[in-house]
Amino acid sequence: MSVKVIMPGVLTTVQDAGRFGYQKSGIRTAGVMDMESFEKANYLVGNEHGEAVLEATLYGGTMEFTEDTVIALTGADMEPKVNQVPVPMNRPIEIKTGDSLSLGMAKEGCRTYIAAAGGIDVPTVMGSRSTDIKCRIGGYQGRALAAGDEVKLGAGKSYEEVKDRRAQAVSYPALISLRVIPGPQEEYFTEQGKKTFYNETYTISDQSDRMGYRLEGAAVESVNGTDIVSDGIPLGAIQVPASGKPIILLADRQTTGGYAKIGTVCSFDIPKLVQAKPGDQVRFTPISVEEAQNMY
Amino acid sequence: MGEMRFMPAGDRAMVVEFGNEISEAINNQVHALEARLTESQIAGIVELVPTFRSLMVYYDPYKTSFHELKKTIQAFGNILGNSGDAKKRILKIPCCYGARFGLDLKDMEEHTGLSRDEIIQIHSSVDYKIYMMGFLPGFVYLGGLDKRIEMPRLKTPRVKILPGAVGIGGSQTGVYPVASPGGWRLMGGTPVDFYDPDREEPILCKAGEYIRFVPITIDDYYDIRHMIVKGAYQVETVEEGDEECQ
Repeated sequence: MSVKVIMPGVLTTVQDAGRFGYQKSGIRTAGVMDMESFEKANYLVGNEHGEAVLEATLYGGTMEFTEDTVIALTGADMEPKVNQVPVPMNRPIEIKTGDSLSLGMAKEGCRTYIAAAGGIDVPTVMGSRSTDIKCRIGGYQGRALAAGDEVKLGAGKSYEEVKDRRAQAVSYPALISLRVIPGPQEEYFTEQGKKTFYNETYTISDQSDRMGYRLEGAAVESVNGTDIVSDGIPLGAIQVPASGKPIILLADRQTTGGYAKIGTVCSFDIPKLVQAKPGDQVRFTPISVEEAQNMY
Repeated sequence: MGEMRFMPAGDRAMVVEFGNEISEAINNQVHALEARLTESQIAGIVELVPTFRSLMVYYDPYKTSFHELKKTIQAFGNILGNSGDAKKRILKIPCCYGARFGLDLKDMEEHTGLSRDEIIQIHSSVDYKIYMMGFLPGFVYLGGLDKRIEMPRLKTPRVKILPGAVGIGGSQTGVYPVASPGGWRLMGGTPVDFYDPDREEPILCKAGEYIRFVPITIDDYYDIRHMIVKGAYQVETVEEGDEECQ
Protein backbone atom coordinates (compact mmCIF):
# COMPACT_ATOMS: atom_id res chain seq x y z
CA MET A 1 0.00 0.00 0.00
CA SER A 2 1.45 3.33 -0.91
CA VAL A 3 0.93 6.87 -2.06
CA LYS A 4 2.78 8.10 -5.13
CA VAL A 5 3.77 11.71 -5.65
CA ILE A 6 2.69 12.94 -9.08
CA MET A 7 3.41 16.62 -8.62
CA PRO A 8 5.28 17.68 -5.49
CA GLY A 9 4.14 20.62 -3.42
CA VAL A 10 6.34 23.45 -2.19
CA LEU A 11 7.53 21.45 0.80
CA THR A 12 5.83 18.20 1.76
CA THR A 13 7.52 16.04 4.38
CA VAL A 14 6.77 13.00 6.51
CA GLN A 15 6.41 14.05 10.15
CA ASP A 16 5.29 12.63 13.48
CA ALA A 17 5.39 14.16 16.96
CA GLY A 18 9.19 14.54 16.74
CA ARG A 19 12.50 12.93 17.67
CA PHE A 20 13.10 13.20 21.38
CA GLY A 21 15.97 12.01 23.57
CA TYR A 22 18.91 12.98 21.34
CA GLN A 23 19.05 16.73 21.73
CA LYS A 24 22.15 16.36 23.91
CA SER A 25 24.08 15.16 20.82
CA GLY A 26 22.75 18.05 18.81
CA ILE A 27 20.03 16.06 17.06
CA ARG A 28 17.04 18.36 16.67
CA THR A 29 13.49 17.17 17.27
CA ALA A 30 11.88 18.12 13.93
CA GLY A 31 8.28 16.82 13.96
CA VAL A 32 4.99 18.39 12.91
CA MET A 33 4.73 22.16 13.23
CA ASP A 34 1.02 22.11 14.14
CA MET A 35 0.50 19.45 16.80
CA GLU A 36 -3.24 20.15 17.04
CA SER A 37 -3.96 19.52 13.35
CA PHE A 38 -1.68 16.47 13.45
CA GLU A 39 -3.61 14.90 16.32
CA LYS A 40 -6.94 15.68 14.69
CA ALA A 41 -5.90 14.14 11.38
CA ASN A 42 -4.80 10.94 13.08
CA TYR A 43 -8.02 10.80 15.12
CA LEU A 44 -10.15 11.13 12.00
CA VAL A 45 -8.58 8.08 10.34
CA GLY A 46 -8.50 6.02 13.53
CA ASN A 47 -4.74 6.16 14.22
CA GLU A 48 -4.05 5.97 17.91
CA HIS A 49 -0.28 6.10 18.37
CA GLY A 50 0.85 9.38 16.86
CA GLU A 51 1.39 7.78 13.42
CA ALA A 52 3.36 9.74 10.85
CA VAL A 53 1.48 12.01 8.46
CA LEU A 54 2.35 14.23 5.50
CA GLU A 55 2.80 17.92 6.21
CA ALA A 56 2.25 20.04 3.09
CA THR A 57 3.34 23.67 3.10
CA LEU A 58 1.56 26.49 1.18
CA TYR A 59 0.87 24.40 -1.93
CA GLY A 60 0.28 20.67 -1.75
CA GLY A 61 0.57 19.20 -5.25
CA THR A 62 -0.90 15.92 -6.45
CA MET A 63 -0.57 12.34 -5.25
CA GLU A 64 -2.09 9.03 -6.16
CA PHE A 65 -3.06 6.09 -3.96
CA THR A 66 -2.22 2.53 -5.04
CA GLU A 67 -4.80 0.86 -2.84
CA ASP A 68 -8.04 1.46 -0.92
CA THR A 69 -7.54 3.45 2.25
CA VAL A 70 -9.04 6.27 4.27
CA ILE A 71 -7.44 9.68 4.60
CA ALA A 72 -8.19 12.95 6.38
CA LEU A 73 -7.02 16.52 5.83
CA THR A 74 -6.67 19.11 8.59
CA GLY A 75 -4.99 22.47 9.04
CA ALA A 76 -4.76 24.88 6.12
CA ASP A 77 -7.48 24.57 3.48
CA MET A 78 -5.79 23.87 0.14
CA GLU A 79 -9.12 23.18 -1.55
CA PRO A 80 -8.51 19.44 -1.77
CA LYS A 81 -9.95 17.39 -4.61
CA VAL A 82 -10.13 13.66 -5.17
CA ASN A 83 -10.25 12.83 -8.89
CA GLN A 84 -10.94 16.54 -9.55
CA VAL A 85 -14.00 16.55 -7.25
CA PRO A 86 -13.81 18.81 -4.16
CA VAL A 87 -13.66 16.94 -0.84
CA PRO A 88 -14.15 18.30 2.68
CA MET A 89 -11.51 19.04 5.28
CA ASN A 90 -11.74 17.70 8.84
CA ARG A 91 -13.51 14.41 8.15
CA PRO A 92 -12.57 10.95 6.89
CA ILE A 93 -12.43 10.53 3.10
CA GLU A 94 -12.75 7.15 1.44
CA ILE A 95 -10.01 6.46 -1.10
CA LYS A 96 -10.12 3.78 -3.78
CA THR A 97 -7.20 2.29 -5.66
CA GLY A 98 -5.95 4.74 -8.26
CA ASP A 99 -7.65 7.80 -6.76
CA SER A 100 -5.68 11.01 -7.00
CA LEU A 101 -5.63 13.70 -4.35
CA SER A 102 -4.77 17.20 -5.49
CA LEU A 103 -4.12 20.17 -3.27
CA GLY A 104 -3.90 23.78 -4.40
CA MET A 105 -2.58 26.89 -2.69
CA ALA A 106 -3.47 27.34 0.96
CA LYS A 107 -6.50 29.65 1.09
CA GLU A 108 -6.01 30.39 4.76
CA GLY A 109 -3.25 29.03 6.98
CA CYS A 110 0.03 27.58 5.81
CA ARG A 111 0.25 23.83 6.49
CA THR A 112 -2.08 20.97 5.63
CA TYR A 113 -1.85 17.59 7.35
CA ILE A 114 -2.70 14.46 5.40
CA ALA A 115 -3.20 11.39 7.55
CA ALA A 116 -3.86 7.93 6.16
CA ALA A 117 -5.22 4.99 8.16
CA GLY A 118 -2.23 3.06 9.47
CA GLY A 119 0.08 6.04 9.08
CA ILE A 120 2.95 6.79 6.71
CA ASP A 121 5.26 3.81 6.91
CA VAL A 122 8.85 4.97 6.65
CA PRO A 123 11.69 3.53 8.77
CA THR A 124 11.96 4.79 12.33
CA VAL A 125 15.24 6.61 12.99
CA MET A 126 16.14 7.27 16.63
CA GLY A 127 12.57 6.59 17.65
CA SER A 128 10.84 8.83 15.13
CA ARG A 129 9.66 8.95 11.51
CA SER A 130 10.02 12.73 11.30
CA THR A 131 12.03 14.22 8.46
CA ASP A 132 14.96 16.33 9.59
CA ILE A 133 15.77 17.92 6.25
CA LYS A 134 18.86 19.77 7.35
CA CYS A 135 20.51 16.70 8.81
CA ARG A 136 19.08 14.27 6.23
CA ILE A 137 17.59 12.08 8.95
CA GLY A 138 14.31 10.16 8.95
CA GLY A 139 11.17 10.61 6.87
CA TYR A 140 11.41 9.66 3.22
CA GLN A 141 15.17 9.49 2.52
CA GLY A 142 15.71 12.43 4.85
CA ARG A 143 14.22 14.91 2.40
CA ALA A 144 11.05 16.56 1.12
CA LEU A 145 8.92 14.51 -1.27
CA ALA A 146 9.62 14.80 -4.99
CA ALA A 147 7.78 13.68 -8.13
CA GLY A 148 7.85 9.90 -8.54
CA ASP A 149 8.44 9.12 -4.85
CA GLU A 150 6.35 6.24 -3.59
CA VAL A 151 5.72 6.34 0.14
CA LYS A 152 4.42 3.23 1.90
CA LEU A 153 1.31 3.31 4.07
CA GLY A 154 0.66 1.13 7.10
CA ALA A 155 -2.40 -1.02 7.63
CA GLY A 156 -5.18 0.72 9.52
CA LYS A 157 -8.90 1.07 10.05
CA SER A 158 -11.44 0.93 7.24
CA TYR A 159 -13.65 3.81 6.12
CA GLU A 160 -16.69 2.09 7.66
CA GLU A 161 -15.06 2.09 11.09
CA VAL A 162 -14.29 5.83 11.16
CA LYS A 163 -16.75 7.44 8.75
CA ASP A 164 -18.70 9.31 11.43
CA ARG A 165 -15.69 11.04 12.94
CA ARG A 166 -15.50 14.83 12.61
CA ALA A 167 -13.15 17.58 13.70
CA GLN A 168 -13.77 21.28 14.09
CA ALA A 169 -12.52 23.57 11.34
CA VAL A 170 -10.13 26.27 12.54
CA SER A 171 -9.81 29.72 11.04
CA TYR A 172 -6.44 31.39 10.65
CA PRO A 173 -6.59 35.18 10.88
CA ALA A 174 -3.82 37.40 9.52
CA LEU A 175 -3.20 38.99 12.93
CA ILE A 176 -2.67 36.69 15.88
CA SER A 177 -2.04 37.22 19.54
CA LEU A 178 0.44 34.93 21.29
CA ARG A 179 0.85 34.34 24.99
CA VAL A 180 4.48 34.40 26.08
CA ILE A 181 6.15 33.24 29.30
CA PRO A 182 8.98 35.73 29.96
CA GLY A 183 12.50 34.34 30.32
CA PRO A 184 14.91 32.68 30.61
CA GLN A 185 17.02 35.75 29.68
CA GLU A 186 14.53 38.55 30.22
CA GLU A 187 17.09 40.55 32.22
CA TYR A 188 19.17 41.06 29.05
CA PHE A 189 16.55 43.55 27.83
CA THR A 190 15.84 47.09 28.98
CA GLU A 191 12.44 48.12 30.36
CA GLN A 192 11.96 50.01 27.09
CA GLY A 193 12.94 46.89 25.12
CA LYS A 194 10.36 44.75 26.93
CA LYS A 195 7.74 47.44 26.45
CA THR A 196 8.48 47.53 22.73
CA PHE A 197 8.27 43.76 22.46
CA TYR A 198 4.90 43.49 24.22
CA ASN A 199 3.30 46.54 22.61
CA GLU A 200 4.40 46.46 19.00
CA THR A 201 2.95 44.42 16.16
CA TYR A 202 5.48 42.28 14.28
CA THR A 203 5.29 40.99 10.73
CA ILE A 204 6.43 37.49 9.81
CA SER A 205 9.26 37.88 7.31
CA ASP A 206 9.64 35.79 4.17
CA GLN A 207 12.85 34.39 5.64
CA SER A 208 10.70 32.11 7.78
CA ASP A 209 10.57 28.35 7.64
CA ARG A 210 10.19 25.21 9.77
CA MET A 211 13.27 26.21 11.73
CA GLY A 212 12.01 29.59 12.81
CA TYR A 213 9.96 32.67 12.03
CA ARG A 214 11.97 35.83 11.66
CA LEU A 215 10.00 38.93 12.56
CA GLU A 216 10.11 42.41 11.12
CA GLY A 217 9.20 45.36 13.31
CA ALA A 218 10.53 47.56 16.09
CA ALA A 219 13.93 46.45 17.41
CA VAL A 220 13.95 45.17 20.99
CA GLU A 221 16.51 47.09 23.01
CA SER A 222 18.98 45.12 25.09
CA VAL A 223 20.94 46.26 28.12
CA ASN A 224 24.32 45.35 26.70
CA GLY A 225 24.00 43.08 23.68
CA THR A 226 22.28 39.71 23.47
CA ASP A 227 25.18 37.27 23.24
CA ILE A 228 24.88 34.66 25.96
CA VAL A 229 26.81 31.53 26.85
CA SER A 230 24.90 29.05 24.67
CA ASP A 231 22.10 27.11 26.30
CA GLY A 232 19.11 24.95 25.33
CA ILE A 233 16.33 26.17 23.02
CA PRO A 234 12.78 24.93 23.59
CA LEU A 235 9.99 25.04 21.01
CA GLY A 236 8.63 28.57 20.75
CA ALA A 237 11.70 30.29 22.21
CA ILE A 238 11.94 33.92 21.10
CA GLN A 239 15.56 34.83 20.63
CA VAL A 240 16.72 38.32 19.89
CA PRO A 241 19.98 38.72 17.98
CA ALA A 242 21.92 41.97 18.07
CA SER A 243 19.74 43.45 15.31
CA GLY A 244 16.91 43.48 17.88
CA LYS A 245 14.54 41.67 15.48
CA PRO A 246 13.02 38.67 17.29
CA ILE A 247 13.14 35.14 15.86
CA ILE A 248 10.66 32.50 17.10
CA LEU A 249 12.22 29.04 17.00
CA LEU A 250 10.06 26.18 15.83
CA ALA A 251 10.06 22.45 15.00
CA ASP A 252 13.36 22.34 13.07
CA ARG A 253 15.15 24.64 15.51
CA GLN A 254 18.70 23.92 16.61
CA THR A 255 18.97 22.29 20.06
CA THR A 256 21.07 25.07 21.61
CA GLY A 257 22.04 28.61 20.74
CA GLY A 258 23.75 31.76 21.92
CA TYR A 259 21.28 34.62 21.63
CA ALA A 260 19.30 35.83 24.65
CA LYS A 261 15.70 34.67 24.74
CA ILE A 262 13.19 37.25 25.92
CA GLY A 263 10.42 34.68 26.31
CA THR A 264 8.81 31.48 25.05
CA VAL A 265 5.49 31.22 23.20
CA CYS A 266 3.10 28.98 25.19
CA SER A 267 2.78 25.48 23.76
CA PHE A 268 -0.97 25.92 23.25
CA ASP A 269 -0.44 28.98 21.03
CA ILE A 270 2.11 27.31 18.73
CA PRO A 271 -0.51 25.71 16.43
CA LYS A 272 -2.00 29.06 15.39
CA LEU A 273 1.45 30.63 15.04
CA VAL A 274 2.76 27.98 12.64
CA GLN A 275 -0.28 28.38 10.41
CA ALA A 276 0.66 32.04 9.91
CA LYS A 277 2.35 32.93 6.62
CA PRO A 278 5.01 35.50 5.72
CA GLY A 279 3.26 38.87 5.83
CA ASP A 280 0.89 37.87 8.63
CA GLN A 281 1.24 39.72 11.93
CA VAL A 282 1.74 38.74 15.55
CA ARG A 283 1.43 40.45 18.92
CA PHE A 284 2.74 39.19 22.26
CA THR A 285 1.14 39.13 25.72
CA PRO A 286 3.14 38.11 28.79
CA ILE A 287 1.72 35.52 31.19
CA SER A 288 3.31 33.68 34.09
CA VAL A 289 4.21 30.00 33.97
CA GLU A 290 1.62 29.41 36.74
CA GLU A 291 -1.14 31.01 34.67
CA ALA A 292 -0.11 29.00 31.63
CA GLN A 293 -0.07 25.73 33.52
CA ASN A 294 -3.52 26.43 34.96
CA MET A 295 -4.99 26.73 31.48
CA TYR A 296 -4.75 23.09 30.47
CA MET B 1 30.49 26.84 42.50
CA GLY B 2 27.22 28.38 41.41
CA GLU B 3 23.93 28.45 43.26
CA MET B 4 21.04 27.01 41.27
CA ARG B 5 18.67 29.45 39.51
CA PHE B 6 15.37 28.18 38.13
CA MET B 7 13.81 29.86 35.13
CA PRO B 8 10.84 28.89 32.98
CA ALA B 9 11.58 28.22 29.32
CA GLY B 10 7.94 28.17 28.32
CA ASP B 11 5.31 25.90 29.88
CA ARG B 12 7.12 22.65 29.05
CA ALA B 13 10.73 23.29 29.96
CA MET B 14 12.82 24.74 32.75
CA VAL B 15 16.38 26.04 32.86
CA VAL B 16 18.44 25.20 35.93
CA GLU B 17 21.39 27.55 35.79
CA PHE B 18 24.60 27.29 37.81
CA GLY B 19 26.34 30.43 36.63
CA ASN B 20 26.89 32.74 33.75
CA GLU B 21 30.35 31.83 32.51
CA ILE B 22 32.21 28.99 30.87
CA SER B 23 34.12 27.14 33.53
CA GLU B 24 35.00 23.54 34.11
CA ALA B 25 33.63 23.62 37.68
CA ILE B 26 30.23 24.93 36.59
CA ASN B 27 30.05 22.53 33.65
CA ASN B 28 30.78 19.63 36.00
CA GLN B 29 27.84 20.71 38.19
CA VAL B 30 25.56 20.68 35.16
CA HIS B 31 26.57 17.13 34.30
CA ALA B 32 26.23 16.06 37.94
CA LEU B 33 22.64 17.34 38.09
CA GLU B 34 21.88 15.59 34.81
CA ALA B 35 23.18 12.31 36.25
CA ARG B 36 21.23 12.84 39.47
CA LEU B 37 17.95 13.49 37.63
CA THR B 38 18.52 10.57 35.28
CA GLU B 39 18.95 8.13 38.15
CA SER B 40 16.09 9.63 40.20
CA GLN B 41 13.58 8.89 37.41
CA ILE B 42 11.28 11.75 38.38
CA ALA B 43 7.80 11.50 36.88
CA GLY B 44 7.16 13.92 34.06
CA ILE B 45 10.74 14.57 32.96
CA VAL B 46 10.91 14.04 29.20
CA GLU B 47 14.46 14.94 28.20
CA LEU B 48 17.57 16.57 29.66
CA VAL B 49 19.92 18.77 27.66
CA PRO B 50 23.11 19.74 29.49
CA THR B 51 24.89 22.88 28.31
CA PHE B 52 27.92 24.88 29.52
CA ARG B 53 26.36 26.35 32.61
CA SER B 54 22.78 25.17 32.74
CA LEU B 55 20.59 22.12 32.34
CA MET B 56 17.47 22.30 30.19
CA VAL B 57 14.82 20.08 31.74
CA TYR B 58 11.98 19.24 29.34
CA TYR B 59 8.88 18.02 31.15
CA ASP B 60 5.30 17.02 30.63
CA PRO B 61 3.17 19.71 32.33
CA TYR B 62 0.30 17.23 32.66
CA LYS B 63 2.46 15.14 35.02
CA THR B 64 4.36 17.81 36.91
CA SER B 65 4.69 21.60 37.00
CA PHE B 66 7.39 24.24 37.13
CA HIS B 67 6.99 24.65 40.88
CA GLU B 68 6.84 20.96 41.67
CA LEU B 69 10.02 20.24 39.70
CA LYS B 70 11.80 23.21 41.21
CA LYS B 71 10.99 21.97 44.72
CA THR B 72 12.16 18.46 43.88
CA ILE B 73 15.50 19.71 42.55
CA GLN B 74 16.02 22.16 45.39
CA ALA B 75 15.58 19.26 47.80
CA PHE B 76 18.72 17.67 46.33
CA GLY B 77 20.74 20.34 48.15
CA ASN B 78 24.09 21.42 46.76
CA ILE B 79 25.10 19.80 43.51
CA LEU B 80 28.82 19.15 43.42
CA GLY B 81 30.50 18.19 40.17
CA ASN B 82 33.36 15.68 40.05
CA SER B 83 36.46 16.90 38.38
CA GLY B 84 38.41 13.64 38.11
CA ASP B 85 39.03 13.31 34.39
CA ALA B 86 41.47 10.42 34.15
CA LYS B 87 42.49 10.72 30.49
CA LYS B 88 42.82 13.54 28.03
CA ARG B 89 41.96 12.37 24.54
CA ILE B 90 42.88 14.92 21.90
CA LEU B 91 41.54 14.92 18.33
CA LYS B 92 43.88 16.69 15.92
CA ILE B 93 41.68 18.57 13.49
CA PRO B 94 43.36 19.88 10.33
CA CYS B 95 42.26 23.45 9.64
CA CYS B 96 42.95 25.64 6.64
CA TYR B 97 42.94 29.18 8.05
CA GLY B 98 42.16 32.01 5.66
CA ALA B 99 41.93 31.12 1.95
CA ARG B 100 38.26 30.99 0.97
CA PHE B 101 37.26 30.05 4.52
CA GLY B 102 38.50 33.05 6.46
CA LEU B 103 35.68 35.45 5.67
CA ASP B 104 35.98 37.34 8.94
CA LEU B 105 39.77 37.24 9.50
CA LYS B 106 40.12 40.84 8.39
CA ASP B 107 37.44 41.99 10.87
CA MET B 108 39.18 39.95 13.52
CA GLU B 109 42.48 41.69 12.86
CA GLU B 110 40.76 45.05 13.26
CA HIS B 111 38.86 44.03 16.38
CA THR B 112 41.73 42.31 18.19
CA GLY B 113 44.61 44.46 16.99
CA LEU B 114 46.52 41.27 16.20
CA SER B 115 47.88 40.13 12.84
CA ARG B 116 46.26 37.19 11.12
CA ASP B 117 49.32 35.03 11.81
CA GLU B 118 49.10 35.86 15.50
CA ILE B 119 45.38 35.06 15.56
CA ILE B 120 46.01 31.71 13.86
CA GLN B 121 48.94 30.91 16.13
CA ILE B 122 46.86 31.66 19.24
CA HIS B 123 43.84 29.71 17.98
CA SER B 124 45.85 26.61 17.07
CA SER B 125 47.96 26.37 20.21
CA VAL B 126 45.22 25.42 22.68
CA ASP B 127 43.67 22.04 23.43
CA TYR B 128 39.98 22.89 23.66
CA LYS B 129 37.79 20.84 25.95
CA ILE B 130 34.40 19.79 24.55
CA TYR B 131 32.01 21.06 27.23
CA MET B 132 28.80 20.24 25.40
CA MET B 133 27.28 19.25 22.09
CA GLY B 134 24.28 20.91 20.54
CA PHE B 135 22.92 23.44 18.09
CA LEU B 136 23.49 21.02 15.21
CA PRO B 137 24.29 17.29 15.05
CA GLY B 138 27.92 16.90 16.06
CA PHE B 139 28.46 20.55 16.90
CA VAL B 140 31.08 20.88 19.64
CA TYR B 141 31.07 23.69 22.15
CA LEU B 142 34.66 24.21 23.20
CA GLY B 143 36.12 25.80 26.28
CA GLY B 144 39.53 27.42 26.49
CA LEU B 145 39.50 30.16 23.85
CA ASP B 146 42.21 32.75 24.46
CA LYS B 147 40.59 36.05 25.52
CA ARG B 148 42.76 37.96 23.06
CA ILE B 149 40.85 36.50 20.11
CA GLU B 150 37.30 36.70 21.42
CA MET B 151 34.94 38.20 18.82
CA PRO B 152 31.33 39.41 19.13
CA ARG B 153 28.90 37.48 16.91
CA LEU B 154 27.60 39.04 13.71
CA LYS B 155 24.75 41.50 14.23
CA THR B 156 22.63 39.56 11.75
CA PRO B 157 23.47 35.87 11.39
CA ARG B 158 24.55 34.64 7.94
CA VAL B 159 21.80 32.74 6.16
CA LYS B 160 24.13 29.91 5.11
CA ILE B 161 27.49 28.74 6.41
CA LEU B 162 29.11 25.69 4.81
CA PRO B 163 30.00 22.51 6.73
CA GLY B 164 33.53 22.48 8.11
CA ALA B 165 33.64 26.24 8.77
CA VAL B 166 35.75 27.08 11.83
CA GLY B 167 34.80 30.20 13.72
CA ILE B 168 34.57 32.22 16.89
CA GLY B 169 31.40 33.50 18.57
CA GLY B 170 31.97 35.55 21.70
CA SER B 171 34.19 33.52 23.99
CA GLN B 172 33.55 30.27 22.11
CA THR B 173 35.15 28.58 19.14
CA GLY B 174 34.00 25.60 17.10
CA VAL B 175 33.17 24.02 13.76
CA TYR B 176 29.91 24.06 11.77
CA PRO B 177 29.13 20.35 11.11
CA VAL B 178 26.39 20.93 8.51
CA ALA B 179 25.33 23.85 6.33
CA SER B 180 23.49 26.24 8.60
CA PRO B 181 22.62 29.82 9.32
CA GLY B 182 24.90 31.22 11.99
CA GLY B 183 26.40 34.29 13.56
CA TRP B 184 29.96 33.19 14.30
CA ARG B 185 33.02 34.92 12.81
CA LEU B 186 34.60 32.60 10.28
CA MET B 187 38.38 32.11 10.20
CA GLY B 188 39.05 28.74 8.57
CA GLY B 189 37.76 25.45 7.26
CA THR B 190 38.39 21.82 8.15
CA PRO B 191 38.01 19.01 5.59
CA VAL B 192 36.93 16.67 8.41
CA ASP B 193 33.22 15.83 8.76
CA PHE B 194 32.08 16.42 12.33
CA TYR B 195 28.78 14.87 11.30
CA ASP B 196 28.25 12.34 8.55
CA PRO B 197 24.93 10.49 8.58
CA ASP B 198 26.37 7.76 6.32
CA ARG B 199 29.33 7.02 8.60
CA GLU B 200 29.01 4.16 11.05
CA GLU B 201 29.42 6.64 13.92
CA PRO B 202 27.76 9.80 12.53
CA ILE B 203 28.96 12.08 15.34
CA LEU B 204 32.76 12.57 15.40
CA CYS B 205 33.38 13.45 19.03
CA LYS B 206 31.97 13.38 22.54
CA ALA B 207 31.72 15.86 25.38
CA GLY B 208 34.80 15.51 27.57
CA GLU B 209 37.26 14.99 24.69
CA TYR B 210 39.68 17.68 23.48
CA ILE B 211 40.25 19.28 20.10
CA ARG B 212 43.46 20.77 18.73
CA PHE B 213 43.40 22.66 15.43
CA VAL B 214 46.40 21.94 13.19
CA PRO B 215 47.03 24.58 10.50
CA ILE B 216 47.17 23.18 6.95
CA THR B 217 47.42 24.69 3.47
CA ILE B 218 44.60 24.79 0.96
CA ASP B 219 46.36 21.98 -0.97
CA ASP B 220 46.43 19.81 2.17
CA TYR B 221 42.76 20.63 2.58
CA TYR B 222 41.85 19.23 -0.83
CA ASP B 223 44.14 16.19 -0.40
CA ILE B 224 42.51 15.29 2.91
CA ARG B 225 39.06 15.95 1.52
CA HIS B 226 39.86 13.56 -1.33
CA MET B 227 40.99 10.87 1.13
CA ILE B 228 37.84 11.35 3.22
CA VAL B 229 35.61 10.87 0.20
CA LYS B 230 37.49 7.63 -0.58
CA GLY B 231 37.09 6.53 3.06
CA ALA B 232 40.88 6.53 3.53
CA TYR B 233 41.24 9.18 6.21
CA GLN B 234 41.25 8.81 9.96
CA VAL B 235 41.39 11.74 12.36
CA GLU B 236 44.62 11.53 14.34
CA THR B 237 44.07 11.24 18.07
CA VAL B 238 46.59 11.44 20.87
CA GLU B 239 46.31 10.67 24.56
CA GLU B 240 47.80 13.17 26.93
CA GLY B 241 51.44 12.32 27.71
CA ASP B 242 52.28 10.14 24.71
CA GLU B 243 52.18 12.91 22.16
CA GLU B 244 55.95 12.92 21.65
CA CYS B 245 55.74 9.32 20.43
CA GLN B 246 53.61 10.28 17.41
